Amino acid sequence: MADYKSLYQEVILDHNKKPRNYGTIEHPSHHAVGHNPLCGDHITVDVVVDEGRINNIAFQGESCAICKASASMMTTSVKGKTREEAETLIQEFLAMATGKLSHENCPHIGRLAVFAGVSDLPTRVKCAILPWHTLNGAFNAVASTSTEAEEDPMHAPIGDA
Amino acid sequence: MSANQTTQKIRSTSVFDVERIRADFPILKLKVNDKPLVYLDNAASSQMPQQVIDRLVYYQTKQHANIHRGVHYLSEVATSEFEEARRKLQRFINAKEDREVIFTSGTTEAINLVMHGYGRKFIGAGDEIILTTLEHHANIVPWQMLAEEKGAKIRVVPINDAGELLIDEYEKLFNDRTKFVGVTHVSNALGSINPIKEMIAFAHARGVPVLVDGAQAAPHTKIDVQDLNCDFYAFSGHKLCGPTGIGILYGRAALLESMQPFKGGGDMILSVTFEKTTYNTIPHKFEAGTPPISAAIGLGAAVDYLSAIGMDAIAAHELDLLKYATGQISSIAGVRVMGTAEHKAAVLSFAVDGVHPHDIGTLLNQEGIAVRTGHHCAQPVMQRLHVPATSRASFAFYNTMDEVDALIAGIRTVQKIFT
Repeated sequence: MADYKSLYQEVILDHNKKPRNYGTIEHPSHHAVGHNPLCGDHITVDVVVDEGRINNIAFQGESCAICKASASMMTTSVKGKTREEAETLIQEFLAMATGKLSHENCPHIGRLAVFAGVSDLPTRVKCAILPWHTLNGAFNAVASTSTEAEEDPMHAPIGDA
Repeated sequence: MSANQTTQKIRSTSVFDVERIRADFPILKLKVNDKPLVYLDNAASSQMPQQVIDRLVYYQTKQHANIHRGVHYLSEVATSEFEEARRKLQRFINAKEDREVIFTSGTTEAINLVMHGYGRKFIGAGDEIILTTLEHHANIVPWQMLAEEKGAKIRVVPINDAGELLIDEYEKLFNDRTKFVGVTHVSNALGSINPIKEMIAFAHARGVPVLVDGAQAAPHTKIDVQDLNCDFYAFSGHKLCGPTGIGILYGRAALLESMQPFKGGGDMILSVTFEKTTYNTIPHKFEAGTPPISAAIGLGAAVDYLSAIGMDAIAAHELDLLKYATGQISSIAGVRVMGTAEHKAAVLSFAVDGVHPHDIGTLLNQEGIAVRTGHHCAQPVMQRLHVPATSRASFAFYNTMDEVDALIAGIRTVQKIFT
């Protein structure tokens, strides 16, 4: 079990408190809403892709610190990158957060490695991956995505009695 | 016996010895994240004392066979223990007859049984069902399914900011089309204790039957279904120091007899031919298939255990815990208690400014403290309070004041991390 010090690190607390790229974009080329019905968290992601490159990105929503920091750091990580580079990063992040790959085996993950500890907290994995799912949904013109979607490979219900 | 001895005895049974009680619960000795477990998620599920664990082992080791079937020794023993468990539950809720006590898989199935058995037979197009804002999803969704199927309508009793039902509004909801009332005895999300006896009397004066969801009440207070005069009362075994997969539906005999079966199969029939099947009498009419026999017997042992301590003593200790915890938590700046009803069970829902409940839950877990975070399967309550979720500490009779202190210290740690 990860100690909270390994998850609630300074960088995560800082992005939670002062989220970067927070808000909406007026004419996004891509847009999606992500929702975690188990906890009611939801975020929107707006992206402007111009000639294959992410020129602008913003997110907004109500969520826990893990989700908000993950979204904030996602926007700073993919801004300026090509769509292909962002898609590679999405796959690496999802693999790391779900424990399929260690962060050492994710060549592009960089400081997003602070989220590696979430893989030890099964009930919190979805908080970290919701923004990345939503960005993926925006790229693939899925207007609304849910952590509980049937085709979701991360599907694992959280106890709810 | 001298007068002195009598006094001594009364004192020794009236003092609530929480440490002695805790010794009965092996799981409470666990450490979580190297800290002593502080289990404050009792409204979700309570823990099991050694006496109940032993009873399950004894049944499984010495008494198991299928019931109501074989003429052999074990089948007779198992049948007699199963039916004895039914009588223990009958006494626990003071039902008039043991055939009014139906074993179900839990509160959810008990409510679904009433929806199918009573609702589908007696509720039709244009009829109205009264529910309350405080209901758990288990006492909302079955009635929505019925309303959709039959073209019936659901009317909802509102609450005030403290989380108390507005009884004036409840009374105004009644009209000629009102056919059923479903109300929770105690709110699982806020702890409010509803004035169900008065609500039942009001409904009965208009010829309307009432189902009480007692999942959160049965573990914490003495239930007397004859005094309440309710038509149906549903509760779960696993919130009552018993096993999962077992629950009770109490139903008034005449009503149960008038209802159609819920599930078809073995044990619920008297005779079967392809031309006609004759259903069994109550309670068996509603107990198709092999029931969870060991769980029922375990639940019987659980109510024996609770009754030996005394439901009044349990309620008094839990109220002490709630009062102390409410006072302590209210003294922390930036913490808000949700649910401040005058009559409350030992449920403490709270919000910490600037910290999402899931972060609170994860951080408290690091201190070994188990609380529930989320919407508590009561989304209408959350919408009414304008919050997506809360953190909830729910106490049982085996919790201590020291554990309340641990919770308060844990909340202060959370605040420190987030400032």
